[in-house]
Amino acid sequence: MSAQAHAANHYYIPHGTHWPIIGSVGLFITAVGGALWLEGMDIGRYFVLLGVIVILIMMFGWFGTVIRESLSGTYNEQVDRSFRWGMTFFIFSEVMFFGAFFGALFFARVFVEHWLAGSSNNLFTNLLLWKGYEPTWPSNGPANLGGSFEGMSAVGVAAINTLILLTSGLTVTIAHWGLKQGNRKKLCWFLLFTILLGFSFVALQAHEYIEAYTKQNLTLGSGIYGSTFFMLTGFHGLHVTIGAIMLSVILIRSLRGHFTPQNHFAFEAVSWYWHFVDVVWLGLFIFVYWL
Amino acid sequence: MHTTAVAHEHHAEHPSGIWRWITTTNHKDIGTLYLCFSLLMFFVGGLFAMLIRAELFEPGMQLMDPAFFNEMTTLHGLVMIFGAIMPAFVGLANWMIPMMIGAPDMALPRMNNWSFWILPFAFTLLLSTMFMPGGGPAAGWTMYAPLMLQTGMALPFTIFAVHLLGISSVMGAINIIATVLNLRAPGMSLLKMPLFVWTWLITAYLLIAVMPVLAGAVTMELMDKYFGTSFFNAAGGGDPVLYQHVFWFFGHPEVYVMILPAFGIISEIIPTFSRKPLFGYTSMVYAVASIAFLSFIVWAHHMFTVGMPLAADLFFMFSTMLIAVPTGVKVFNWVATMWRGSLSFETPMLFAIAFVFLFTIGGFSGVMLALVPADWQYHQTYFVVAHFHYVLVTGAAFAIMAGVYYWLPKWTGHMYNETLGKWHFWLTAISANLLYFPMHFLGLAGMPRRIPDYPVQFTDLNQIVSIGGFVFGASQLIFLYVIIQCIRGGKKAEARAWDGAHGLEWTLPSPPPYHSFTEPPPAKLIWTHPYTGE
Repeated sequence: MSAQAHAANHYYIPHGTHWPIIGSVGLFITAVGGALWLEGMDIGRYFVLLGVIVILIMMFGWFGTVIRESLSGTYNEQVDRSFRWGMTFFIFSEVMFFGAFFGALFFARVFVEHWLAGSSNNLFTNLLLWKGYEPTWPSNGPANLGGSFEGMSAVGVAAINTLILLTSGLTVTIAHWGLKQGNRKKLCWFLLFTILLGFSFVALQAHEYIEAYTKQNLTLGSGIYGSTFFMLTGFHGLHVTIGAIMLSVILIRSLRGHFTPQNHFAFEAVSWYWHFVDVVWLGLFIFVYWL
Repeated sequence: MHTTAVAHEHHAEHPSGIWRWITTTNHKDIGTLYLCFSLLMFFVGGLFAMLIRAELFEPGMQLMDPAFFNEMTTLHGLVMIFGAIMPAFVGLANWMIPMMIGAPDMALPRMNNWSFWILPFAFTLLLSTMFMPGGGPAAGWTMYAPLMLQTGMALPFTIFAVHLLGISSVMGAINIIATVLNLRAPGMSLLKMPLFVWTWLITAYLLIAVMPVLAGAVTMELMDKYFGTSFFNAAGGGDPVLYQHVFWFFGHPEVYVMILPAFGIISEIIPTFSRKPLFGYTSMVYAVASIAFLSFIVWAHHMFTVGMPLAADLFFMFSTMLIAVPTGVKVFNWVATMWRGSLSFETPMLFAIAFVFLFTIGGFSGVMLALVPADWQYHQTYFVVAHFHYVLVTGAAFAIMAGVYYWLPKWTGHMYNETLGKWHFWLTAISANLLYFPMHFLGLAGMPRRIPDYPVQFTDLNQIVSIGGFVFGASQLIFLYVIIQCIRGGKKAEARAWDGAHGLEWTLPSPPPYHSFTEPPPAKLIWTHPYTGE
């Protein structure tokens, strides 16, 4: 792509690119492998590994191209705005994905527990199927699936993790100030703090999961409580991990001096993502751990 | 005018052959890919429908076992929705939106390529399930738990296919929003945008809001099946009805995803062939926005018989009936646009008028279905099948066909064969009514949907329906022929292929240059108002 041909008042149009088709092939191999694996065919895991490698190659190549174009000054303000809209609506789509699981949690707690116990128009559900069931929370349902377990508490690991993520929201903002002041030292140190906080969150969550499985008898199979707890916090933890990896990439790029006080959308996009992960956690802390 | 260096330079590096189509970042190439893919899927899904209608030609079991019949109904639905109608609209958006708003291309052209190129892989995953042990998914396109969880090896393939389709749709929608919000020509304020652009902007918002919810719903099924969770298992404190709620929270906005762009197309075509500005432009925009808003609070009208509390039934009944108000505004505005217009009846206009009539029939049967006590009778009968085929075939698909005939001269630079177009229209319109209208009576008489066999008293009507279906299917071969013929040649189309047409796309030559507008169009080309010309 000969970027220089585009004056600032021209529209920017990139060239043909082979990365999307590589990404599609990667997704396809991963999906086939995952499906085979779930169906008990061990060869599937090699497909998944291969597919993930292909997707990673695609991401390195694609993002690498975009970074090179950005550094060479190809992008004008209009492209920058397109990226901003794109990232905003990507985060919105993520919010809706979490919304589905929060919806499941609220539906189970507000309605299903009481319906199983015979409220509203469900008297016979209770009398004929689950006689004597009383609504409770945490619940693993009238059949006590997975056996008795101990639910999560808002004090302890969850509270520490809340502090960690809130602090990391602050440190990423301080890093942003550093970037805007042209203070690269401040930028890099506070980015590093943010990343360390992010990974310590993930480590503490891993510890929490191990405790749940080994000491609290709380597993994915522990009825609706186990389902909603592990799916909500699991997807959130995955997002924290992805966010921390993205922050690490931004740190490397900051160390290489890719960003200027005026032009650093990649940093901002990742920090938006990080704040999004933070807000989701507050929802989790309130509705999964606390209430 | 400044230099045309940009277009020039691209021309030189423009690859050819299959590699051009795989690596393209051009909105017209990608639009063409979407449209061709959707036409292919239209025939694949149509083949499934023909098999369904062949089996239902007579009572008793003739051609296939019930499991395969259920696979056919399931795949027919999934293929037509995610493979035919949605990609067709995205293809039209890709082709037309940059030209309509004076942009060079889509805002995120590389991602645009990826949005398309996920689709063939997703459908390979989905359709390959037919050849797996246990067969393809057979729980209906809605994939209700717990029935869906009885699917064999096809389950994870189907679910991952849905995930990929979701990724594709969300990326496509993000691209459309970024394009519309960021690449409009200077002077084109939001309330000067053509209605097709408006409807797509709102549709894209709906897609981003609900496709992730569908991904969540099928992910929960995957977890229930393979990892022992209890989302849809009452014994563990879950609820199968939860699946229906999450699914239809996606599903109802989804049906508007399939009709709002159709409204946009019809709102372009009717003014052109009435040679009058669109009646009530602003009210059209607000009506679409209202419909989109309401679509989020009506989902449980798909579930009136599932045993919800009465208060929920009533809420969803009333909220659903509210939708008739903005929809009525649109229908009356189209009619008012034609009122005292200087009408001519080329094929796009014929399809558009048929849309107004037949979609309205589907809208009315929708109001009937919204009534809780009545729905307790109609639910899960052929009345429902009649309803949603009126809105999706004579609604969405007719609008797509209208749009294809309307813009083919722009895309190809040739006029299509008007005689064959009219043949296609009349055969399609008559056979579609032969196909779908008797379904109302079958449903009212009690024939359930999704069954391969039926009592003998339903035979006559089913045979009429099947004959209508076969004629409808065969008529689409004319459509295919007209398109191929038009691509290969024909009378040269002018820039403004229709004398009554307005809009920036008609200021470009037919076919338009590879990059629609390489710089913002000069101010005099930007109309002050799309329809009034003020």
